[in-house]
Amino acid sequence: MSRGETSGRIEARFKKLAGEDRAAFIPFIMAADPDLETSFEILQGLPGAGADLIELGVMYSDPMADGPAIQAAGLRAKAGGARLDRTLDMVRRFRAGDSETPVILMGYYNPIYIYGVDRFLADAAEAGVDGLIVVDLPPEEDIELCLPALAAGMHFIRLATPTTDDVRLPAVIANTSGFVYYVAIAGITGTKSADAAEIQASVERLKKHTDLPIAVGFGIRTAEQAGAVAQIADAAVVGSAIVQMVADNLDANGKAKPDLVTKVLGLSQSLADGVRGAARKAAE
Amino acid sequence: MSAEPNSYHNGPDEHGHFGIFGGRFVAETLMPLILEVEQAYEAAKADPSFQAELDDYLTHYVGRPSPLYFAERITEHFGGAKIYFKRDELNHTGAHKINNCMGQILLAMRMGKKRIIAETGAGQHGVATATVCARFGLQCVVYMGATDIERQAPNVFRMKLLGAEVIPVTSGTATLKDAMNDALRDWVSNVDDTYYLIGTVAGPHPYPAMVRDFQKVIGEETKVQMQAAEGRLPDSLIACIGGGSNAMGLFYPFLNDADVRIIGVEAAGHGVETGEHAASLTGGSPGVLHGNRTFLLQDDDGQILDAHSISAGLDYPGIGPEHSWLHESGRVEYVSVTDQEALDAFQLCSRLEGIIPALEPSHALAHVGKIAADLPADHLMVMNMCGRGDKDVFTIADALGVEL
Repeated sequence: MSRGETSGRIEARFKKLAGEDRAAFIPFIMAADPDLETSFEILQGLPGAGADLIELGVMYSDPMADGPAIQAAGLRAKAGGARLDRTLDMVRRFRAGDSETPVILMGYYNPIYIYGVDRFLADAAEAGVDGLIVVDLPPEEDIELCLPALAAGMHFIRLATPTTDDVRLPAVIANTSGFVYYVAIAGITGTKSADAAEIQASVERLKKHTDLPIAVGFGIRTAEQAGAVAQIADAAVVGSAIVQMVADNLDANGKAKPDLVTKVLGLSQSLADGVRGAARKAAE
Repeated sequence: MSAEPNSYHNGPDEHGHFGIFGGRFVAETLMPLILEVEQAYEAAKADPSFQAELDDYLTHYVGRPSPLYFAERITEHFGGAKIYFKRDELNHTGAHKINNCMGQILLAMRMGKKRIIAETGAGQHGVATATVCARFGLQCVVYMGATDIERQAPNVFRMKLLGAEVIPVTSGTATLKDAMNDALRDWVSNVDDTYYLIGTVAGPHPYPAMVRDFQKVIGEETKVQMQAAEGRLPDSLIACIGGGSNAMGLFYPFLNDADVRIIGVEAAGHGVETGEHAASLTGGSPGVLHGNRTFLLQDDDGQILDAHSISAGLDYPGIGPEHSWLHESGRVEYVSVTDQEALDAFQLCSRLEGIIPALEPSHALAHVGKIAADLPADHLMVMNMCGRGDKDVFTIADALGVEL
């Protein structure tokens, strides 16, 4: 399968960070949570609040790998006007002011399938999306979106999990591009946390199979946890804790309180500081 | 199975596809588990002792074969086709669901699993799962939408009596699809000891094929029983469809018998034109949900819509992928019946045959009533009476404005 020319932003970002000898901080936010405009302000502010890459969630009515926090974010986003075409518009607006920070869409297959795979890949690339994480597309379904995405130059970032054994791992890695996302727990988002030793062993196992950067997510909630992961892996992803900060700053009608954006970006910065602090420790 | 050309028995392929439908659209965490289920199921299928053990339980515990009953007064009433009921409501636990549960619980035990999870809508699958778990001493956790718990209180209590833990699902729309989401979330979180006992011909491969295989005993018995009663094949088969397991079970052995007309009946709720229905084939389009591609009720952004049916067991916005394939190929006709039509059929059957049917097969019976009169008296029709109606009496009373 041929691979098309990518935007280059993900590769450039990890190369730059390798030069700085530190891991990346990747926040996750749900597009249109709690409304389109507030969510855009958060997105726009994230690079200034320590985000090295950004995962932008695409709302889906039946998110089977997500825990209560991200499920609730999805429901708020739905009420806030989330639609895949509007999410692409949001990335387009973001790109007008930021040509370097990679943006990865994360979600489930059906909205993309209904949008139309070819049309989606063309529109996403044009909008400035760099990669996709699609939870319910394992390697067994690569023909659906993974192979067309790679051919179109869109990174397809695969999830590897604690249940992905060494026999299966090569197939999981084979058509992965950009980086590998290691799901640190056998579980849903925002619930339990794995311990650092377990994560370290898993990242080392993955490194034997790929030269791609390894990001770790699921169960990372605090700056300390993010810092611990940053010592081991190439990137730390935080999702549920950030969308929970959105939830905690809504008024009784579910509308954003005036300082919601500031609060969310403040959390982002503190998580990013945790990651950056870890890099210095590792370098010493 | 030998690959007969032009056979409807060749599906699914090794990737779990029926045409473009089916597949394995699940999170990576679950992939190794469903591959393990597939391997274990293939091994069990090839092991004569597995089938022998299952047959023994089906005979002595479930009560198979279920009778094929000539519904004389319904036949007279409609005044046309000769109508038979396949009496799967006489199974232990009162529905066809136990056929599948017995097969899967034996598989789960072969796999060494100790904890069983299930989703349920009407509660029939939950009761059947709780029953086999009690019988074999396994832990049982049933996910059920909070809305369904309210309207199916007797089944909730039955599950608890059988020792199951019933977890109310409040996520999403708090019905069957959300119960399935939460069961999948449980499975992702408890990968080591847990077996997910899916109740219908949906979910990721191998479930649609496996559940069908465990239900096809319905059609196999029907074939033999009709031969004994009438000396030939039936002319038509009719069954209701939510996910579609009772229908697949009846239809499957007849798919290659080209002269047998096969009709699946979906729930039209308040009417397909109102948007408040559960008729995925009649009013939906192909999409991906719960591990497979199939016809779904969804909007133009790919968001799954709420289904509506008076019958909690049919209240699902999708349908088994093999039905989607049979729909596209044209082998099976799919029609729909409203809440009101099902209610009327429910009362008619109770009074004329002394059989209180579940609301689900009442849909099938309503369609029988629409077509039977125009068919000749020698037309042999089999309707799957897949569940009994005790569980529905509160819903019926409510619909009829009666206070109990």
